[in-house]
Amino acid sequence: MTAKRLNLRKRYELLTRGMGWETTHQKMDDVFPYDTFEGIKITDWDKWEDPFRLTMDAYWKFQAEKERKLYAVIDSFAQNNGQTNLADASYLSAIKLFITGVTPIEYAAHRGFAHLGRHFRGDGARIACQMQAIDELRHQQTQVHTISHYNKHFDGLHDPFHQFDRVWYLSVPKAFSEDALSAGPFEFITSISFAFEYVLTNLLFVPFMSGAAYNGDMATVTFGFSAQSDESRHMTLGLEIIKFMLEQHEDNLPIVQRWMDKHFWRAYRLLALVATMQDYMLTNSPMSWKEAWEVYFVENGGALFEDLSRYGLRMPKYHELATAEADHISHQVWSVFCSLGNATGFHTFLPTEEKMAWLSEKYPDTFDKYYRPRFEYWHQQQKDGTFEFQKGLPQLCQVCQIPMVFTEVQTDPMQISYRVTEHGGDKYHFCSDGCKDIFEHEPEKYVQAWLPVHQIFQGNCGGETLPEVLEWYKFTAEDSGNYIGSRDHARWQEWKGADVAVKQA
Amino acid sequence: MSNKKNTVFLIVQDNEDARPIIDAVEQDNPEVNIQYQPGMVRMEGAGRLIVNRETVEESIGRDWDVQELHLNLVSLAGNVDEDDDKFELSWH
Repeated sequence: MTAKRLNLRKRYELLTRGMGWETTHQKMDDVFPYDTFEGIKITDWDKWEDPFRLTMDAYWKFQAEKERKLYAVIDSFAQNNGQTNLADASYLSAIKLFITGVTPIEYAAHRGFAHLGRHFRGDGARIACQMQAIDELRHQQTQVHTISHYNKHFDGLHDPFHQFDRVWYLSVPKAFSEDALSAGPFEFITSISFAFEYVLTNLLFVPFMSGAAYNGDMATVTFGFSAQSDESRHMTLGLEIIKFMLEQHEDNLPIVQRWMDKHFWRAYRLLALVATMQDYMLTNSPMSWKEAWEVYFVENGGALFEDLSRYGLRMPKYHELATAEADHISHQVWSVFCSLGNATGFHTFLPTEEKMAWLSEKYPDTFDKYYRPRFEYWHQQQKDGTFEFQKGLPQLCQVCQIPMVFTEVQTDPMQISYRVTEHGGDKYHFCSDGCKDIFEHEPEKYVQAWLPVHQIFQGNCGGETLPEVLEWYKFTAEDSGNYIGSRDHARWQEWKGADVAVKQA
Repeated sequence: MSNKKNTVFLIVQDNEDARPIIDAVEQDNPEVNIQYQPGMVRMEGAGRLIVNRETVEESIGRDWDVQELHLNLVSLAGNVDEDDDKFELSWH
């Protein structure tokens, strides 16, 4: 008779306990040199537990099943020319921003978790990080595989990793992920697993992927939700690590709180790109950025921090400002892209009448008052043939690296929010108190920031003229500029017939 | 601390595999609020939400491993408690 299968708790315990040991030939601190310098005190690593209790055999089994399902959809999408069923080809700008701005972050997360999977002293935590390292690599690969189908038919998708390291707006996600990667292991996991994945990732993957479904993009919704099924596990890991650190020692609280404040703000600033994708780049948006923020941050984040308040942890600093900004940021960021559309790797387009009516309805307090007049003015200029892209380069925030476009939404929404500080005899500029605080706590780190605009002016980006810089980015003439009149647009019209041309005009 | 029960949620893909899970949640959590959104189904509970293995098995007529939930899971909110018989979300 065969032995009865062990239960889940027992199986997980066998996988994660007793595989490590106290080293004797080398000192433990030499074997695990990185997990103490940040000041986090761990007294008992065995208290670590993964609530999913996922074992290696189950992990491989379920991941393989997810892959089979995903690749069946990708094949079917390609065989049936799924790209022709999109709501509109201008939607692809969102996918271009995704593959260049988000997919490389998945790869960065893979590197980070592979590092933690070696360097945490506790074997339970190491195993959780090893699984996540494999997940993140899977996300990067499945995103490249899915989107490569679009690369056969559309411009701007040909070299995301080259561009991630160079392009002016992609320095925003790059700086975010490298900030976490260059920190210690506990700060890294607080940044990625908790601040980004638990508190904010729903905003990226849930309404946006639901939006992909809404716009006929079957391939993206499938990889998005396939990745998100892993993400649920990562979020749970993020919450677990926070509780673990706070339960281990009371001295950990102020350190964790400061990381929480910092990485909430860093991740939130990065999501300004997502806000724009959701409100402007999706042809049809199932949910506005503001609605998503209410559901996934105000309500869900509020419940989370109330739960954590028993450890003395409070809501991240400046969360009220983030909520006030929900009425503004998508409009502000899309304005920047539209005015610099000759230097983007995707096509820009002004919101249609239909889109503006939707924005008025979703943003009754701000869109008509502050943003509609700007877009209508640009529409008129395009009609008159006087519209021109900006010729200068924008000033960037030293920390989030976003152009200085955000405004004083709580006092004067027409006034640029501008902060400055001095360090070592130089002036540094910021978009917000949140970014300024981050700089002032670790100025030696952020004075080294690779700011794209500064680098262009210093001659490090291919040359002095815009065409030279764009060539260095590996942008072709077909990648940038207005969607209307682009090669993507012409191809779409060829597929869909003249009715599209009328609708767009 | 307030006494109101904060929302926990479980989001799954809107597909055939997820349907018996949604039915089981509906059956075992009388106050659940179920919302159909493009491509996904969001189930909200007041403070607590449970998926029971037995209820899913009754509906599909075969053994069901609680971890099969991973295949169609999109997102969740709340502290997770999972064992061989159930998957539960709650706020403390």
